[in-house]
Amino acid sequence: MSEDYKSMWESLELDLKAHDALLEVLGKGYQDIYLAQKNRPEGMGYFDFVMSEVHGLRIRELLDEKAAGQKVIGSFCVFVPEEIVRAADAILVGLCAGADFAGEEVEKLLPRNTCSLIKSAFGFKLGKVCPYIESADMIVGENTCDGKKKSYEILKDLVPNLYVMDLPQVKSAEGRALLKAEFVRFKEAVEKLTGIAIDAKRLKKGIEIVNNKRKAIYRLSSLRKADPPSISGLDALLANQVFFYDNPARFTESVNKICDELEKRIENSEGVFPKETPRLLLSGCPMAVPNWKLPWIIETSGAVIVGEESCVGERGTRNLTDDSGTTVDELMEAIIDRYFQVDCAIFTPNPDRLDHIVEMVEKYQANGVIHYGLQFCQPYLMESMPVEKALEAKNIPTLRIDTDYSMEDVGQLKTRVEAFIEMLK
Amino acid sequence: MRCAGIDIGSRTIELVVLRNGEIIENRQADSGFDPLTRAKKLLMGVGHDHIMATGYGRHLFELSFDAPTVTEIKAYGIGARMLFPNVRTILDIGGQDSKAIALNEKGKIIKFEMNDRCAAGTGKFLEIMAHALGFGLDEFGTEALMATKDLRINSMCTVFAESEVTSLVAKGENRREIALGLHRSVVRRAVGMLKRVSFDGNIFFAGGVAKNFCICNLLEEALEQKIIVPRDPQMVGAIGAACLAGKIR
Repeated sequence: MSEDYKSMWESLELDLKAHDALLEVLGKGYQDIYLAQKNRPEGMGYFDFVMSEVHGLRIRELLDEKAAGQKVIGSFCVFVPEEIVRAADAILVGLCAGADFAGEEVEKLLPRNTCSLIKSAFGFKLGKVCPYIESADMIVGENTCDGKKKSYEILKDLVPNLYVMDLPQVKSAEGRALLKAEFVRFKEAVEKLTGIAIDAKRLKKGIEIVNNKRKAIYRLSSLRKADPPSISGLDALLANQVFFYDNPARFTESVNKICDELEKRIENSEGVFPKETPRLLLSGCPMAVPNWKLPWIIETSGAVIVGEESCVGERGTRNLTDDSGTTVDELMEAIIDRYFQVDCAIFTPNPDRLDHIVEMVEKYQANGVIHYGLQFCQPYLMESMPVEKALEAKNIPTLRIDTDYSMEDVGQLKTRVEAFIEMLK
Repeated sequence: MRCAGIDIGSRTIELVVLRNGEIIENRQADSGFDPLTRAKKLLMGVGHDHIMATGYGRHLFELSFDAPTVTEIKAYGIGARMLFPNVRTILDIGGQDSKAIALNEKGKIIKFEMNDRCAAGTGKFLEIMAHALGFGLDEFGTEALMATKDLRINSMCTVFAESEVTSLVAKGENRREIALGLHRSVVRRAVGMLKRVSFDGNIFFAGGVAKNFCICNLLEEALEQKIIVPRDPQMVGAIGAACLAGKIR
C-alpha cells in the first residue's frame, strides 16, 4: 500500500509496525488463496482492488465522509439494523475479524477458551491494527452468545463509544417486543449521534439502500445454482464479506456487474470448475476476512462451495425489509419483522435454521454439507450434532468440522475434507 | 500388472506391490524427518506399473512423483475389504490420527470420524506414556496386561495425562496398573468414535496401535465382540492404495 496512507494510519493511532506485518500476511494470503485461482470472473478485479485497499482507500473514504459530517458506526453482528444507520446518513462497517492477532495481550483479558472471532476482535483493538474500529464514532456490541456479551463488559473499557444492544433468545411475542424496544432505543441513539431526526422518508431510503445490496447478493447466489459453477465459493464468499465494508451503492453495482458476466458464462456453459464437480454447502459460524482457511481447503480438494448458511452469507442477507409502510412506525415494524427472522443459534429452539439448510441444499443442488463450527462457539457447536443427525436422516451427507483461525490443523482438515469428497463421488 | 501403494504416515512408511491381487512385495521404514527421501529409498529396486500414495505425506509424494493420491480413510476402507471382504466397520489408530470408518454392504464409505489436531487416543499418546513410565513401546501392552487392576486416567490430553501419570508415580502407584489405565483411556475414546459412526457387524482393527495386544483385548471387552486384526495391521493403507492404483488409469 502506498506511502500516503502512513500519515492517515498515524492519525488513527495505529501501530504502524504491527499493521505493516498484518498487511503483509493478508497480502500473501490473498495472493496464495485468491489470486492463485484459475479462470476467475473479470468482475472479481473490483474485489481484488477493494481487498488491496481495504485499509487504505476505503479508510480514506470513510475519513472524508466523516469530515463532511457523516458518522461511522461499527458492528459485530447482522442483528444491527443497517437501515436505521443509513436513514441517518451514517455508515455501518463490520468489525468482525478473521485472523489471530496479539494473542498474548488478548489472553490477559479473555480466557483461553474463548472463540477465535471474539479473540480476534480484541486482538485487532489491542494490537492497534484495525483502522475501522479506530474510525468508528460508535461501536455496537450485541447480546448474542455468552462469549460476546461478557466480552463487551471488558471491551467497554478499551473503546470510548461502546453501545450495547440487547437481543431476545426466544422467538415469542415477548422476544419480539424486546427486539422492538431495542431497535427503537437504537434509532434514538443513532439520531442523537448524528443529530438527524429519522423520518419516514429517510427510513424508506435506508431500507432501499440495504435492500438493493441484498438483491444484488441474491442474484449472485442464484447464479451459483449453475453446473459447471461459474464462480468459486471463495470468490462468492469474498463478495459476502465485502458486503460489510463497502460503499453500498458501489457494492451493489459491482456485484450486479459480476452477475451480468456470470450469466454470459452460464449461457456458454463456462465454469471455474469442471461440470459435475462435487458441490458443498457450508453451514455454521461466520467467516470474517481473512478467515478463508476452510473454503480454501475445500476448493483445493476437488469440490466447489455453492452456498454459505452463515451470518457472512444467507443467514445475514436472507429476507428483504418490506418498504411499503408510510409512517416511521410502520417502517420500524417492517425492520423488526425482518430481523426477527434471523435464525442465529443463540435462539432456543431454533428449528428455522435446519429448514433453511435443507432448503439451501435443494436450491443449490449441494451433494453434502460441511458444518463449520468455531472451537468454543457453544451455540453452533451445540447445534452441530442435531443438525448432522437430521441431515443424515434425510440422506444428506454431513461432515462436522471444529476449528479455529490457526493453520496447524490444515493437514488433518485436508484429510477429512478430501475423504468426505471421495465419499460423495 | 504390478500396482504399488505407498502409505506415508507420520511415524512409518509402508510400501505394497500387488500383482493380480497378490501381495508380492511389502516394505516398511520409519518416516524420520525427511519422509520423501525415505520413500524414495523404499522404492529402490521395486518395479511397478502404477503407484498411488496415501497417508499424511501423500501430497508431498504427489508433487515429486506426479502420482495420484487417496486419503488414508478411503485407502483403509479398500484395503480392509481386500483382506476381509465382509467388513463393515474399520478402526484405524495410527501414529497421530485415529479414525472410525463405516462402510455399506458394497464397501463404500458412508460415514467416518477422525480425531482433531491433538494426539489424544493415538499411537503418539501411547508412545509418550510408555516413555513416561519407563517402558519400551513394544512391551507397553504386555506389561499393562500383567496388571491385576487398573487406575483410571481421566485426562485425554497427552500433556495433562503425562502430568497425571507423573503424579501417580510420585504417589507410589504400580506402573503396570497405571499403564493399564492409560490403555483403557485410549480404548474408551476409540469406542466413542465407533459409536458415532454407528458400527455394524465385524470390526476390523488396523494401524500401528493394532499391534498392541492390550488395546485389542480391552477393545473386545468393551465392545463385547471379537475384533479382526490383520497379520500386518500397518500395511492396510498401502494395500488399499495399491488396489486403487490399478483402477484409476
